[in-house]
Amino acid sequence: MSNAMDKDLDAQVEARVQALLDQKLGPLVDERVAKALATHQAKGNGQLDRIAIIASKGSLDMAYPPLILATTAAAMGMEAGIFFTFYGLDIINRKKYAHLKVPSLANPAMPVPVPNIIGALPGMTMIATAMMKSWMGRVKLNSVPEFIEMAKDLDCTLIGCQMTMDVMGIKKEDLVEGVQVGGAATYLEFASKAKISLFI
Amino acid sequence: MTEMPTIDHELDCRGLSCPLPIIKTKKAIDGLAPGQTLRMIATDPGSVNDMAAWVSKTGHVMVAQTQDTGGFNFYIRKVG
Repeated sequence: MSNAMDKDLDAQVEARVQALLDQKLGPLVDERVAKALATHQAKGNGQLDRIAIIASKGSLDMAYPPLILATTAAAMGMEAGIFFTFYGLDIINRKKYAHLKVPSLANPAMPVPVPNIIGALPGMTMIATAMMKSWMGRVKLNSVPEFIEMAKDLDCTLIGCQMTMDVMGIKKEDLVEGVQVGGAATYLEFASKAKISLFI
Repeated sequence: MTEMPTIDHELDCRGLSCPLPIIKTKKAIDGLAPGQTLRMIATDPGSVNDMAAWVSKTGHVMVAQTQDTGGFNFYIRKVG
């Protein structure tokens, strides 16, 4: 008899506890989940399917990675932009971009390793450059000017660094057509919404 | 042997290296109507992984993929 009463009481207590939990915890959980979701969505919304690259080097071998990545990203449906700064500005300098060179000094990755003492000799940069151009020709890799054209065609954003231009005395007319000019803030604003950001 | 899909457009990327096959494929797909199929032929061995990545990112469908002495054949159906 008392056993049945105990069971009855247990059931009542359990129901009461359940009701209290539902009453107190339910709204709290809902509220916290909603808040977390809102924060998550706000973060997600601020970010675009975009890649932002800084091209800081002006040698032939270092001109390719930013150009290849930006054009490929654009071909994959991403928004792509390159900020050309310091020596990287040569990549969009119409007087220079067809004549970028490969350094023969301090470059142990050359297929025919060149000791630095030989790499320092006059004409070695020309030889290293001719060598790289011959491999690129073998795999039919496009030239830098062709890549720039492709990048423009694919709507990549190309930004020349204003400060570098001032320092090096480069004018907007010296740059290839269709590039924008901007400073660090221009790049940072662009990159702050990018999923991928690279310094090359 | 699975039946090969009807081809609406063919793109020859033989002899070209990364990233040209991807960029040319993108351009060719842009010119097709949804539901149409492109056959792209490439000799670059890297294009096998790259094309898989490209369809995964862009949402187009790789209907079939074969390899013969001429190179790698990719059959891609344009989605919406």
